[in-house]
Amino acid sequence: MSEYIYTASFYVFAAMVIISALGVVRKTNIMHAALLLVLCFIGVSGLYVLLEADYLAAVQLLVYGGAVAIIIILSIMLTHRRRMEETSLANNRARAAALLGLLFMALLALVIFYTPWNYSPAEPSQLTVLANVLLTGYVLPFEIGAVLLLAAMIGAVLLAKGVDEE
Amino acid sequence: MIGLEHFLFVAAVLFVIGLYGVLTKRNVTAILMSMELMLNAVNINLIAFSRFITPESMTGQVFAIFTITIAAAELAVGLALVFRIYHDRNTVDAEQLNRMRW
Repeated sequence: MSEYIYTASFYVFAAMVIISALGVVRKTNIMHAALLLVLCFIGVSGLYVLLEADYLAAVQLLVYGGAVAIIIILSIMLTHRRRMEETSLANNRARAAALLGLLFMALLALVIFYTPWNYSPAEPSQLTVLANVLLTGYVLPFEIGAVLLLAAMIGAVLLAKGVDEE
Repeated sequence: MIGLEHFLFVAAVLFVIGLYGVLTKRNVTAILMSMELMLNAVNINLIAFSRFITPESMTGQVFAIFTITIAAAELAVGLALVFRIYHDRNTVDAEQLNRMRW
């Protein structure tokens, strides 16, 4: 029975992700596109729960569903003054892009379904393993990530505010 | 039975949708939003591999954390640049941003 629930919830989340992502690229009102993007992030977080990555599902909801959603919507509010219905138009290469996308999709599907995957029978580890790996073997990239976030924050403030030229 | 292929397929569809958005959108903010879709597809891949291929070491989840960090930094700087461009040139249309200086 739980197998059926797992399968059903996978298809629900997958449909939610793909339909809202199509809405993000097809809607011509950018505010609708941004709200659909948030829905897509929430669906991805559901997929993480199904993959037994609870910590990353929470991070996904907090960072993408919260922070990223807010700065995208704030940026839209700060930059658009004209009619909202025509704020996210497509250029004249839509047909070529769709064709390229379909070809790339076919290639990826071939690779996915013809590769023999080595499934591991082991059960997924506890969250403490993730903490140990992150703060022992990957501690240097972890600290560099912290410095990168600080640099990005200062850079974003300087770029958006502008430097006083005296 | 839902296996690795199902998750990889959803991630591939999401990546291609993001690619279509990056290639066709004229609004710079919409291009950045499509890039976020592509980065999410990559994260689904990393976590699916971590779950099905190496569940005991969780390396994929560590890489997903780094991807989320870098995506957040990229989006903050990108949106600051969009704001700056709008301030200087009064447009966010990528088709009109084709001059080197003004």
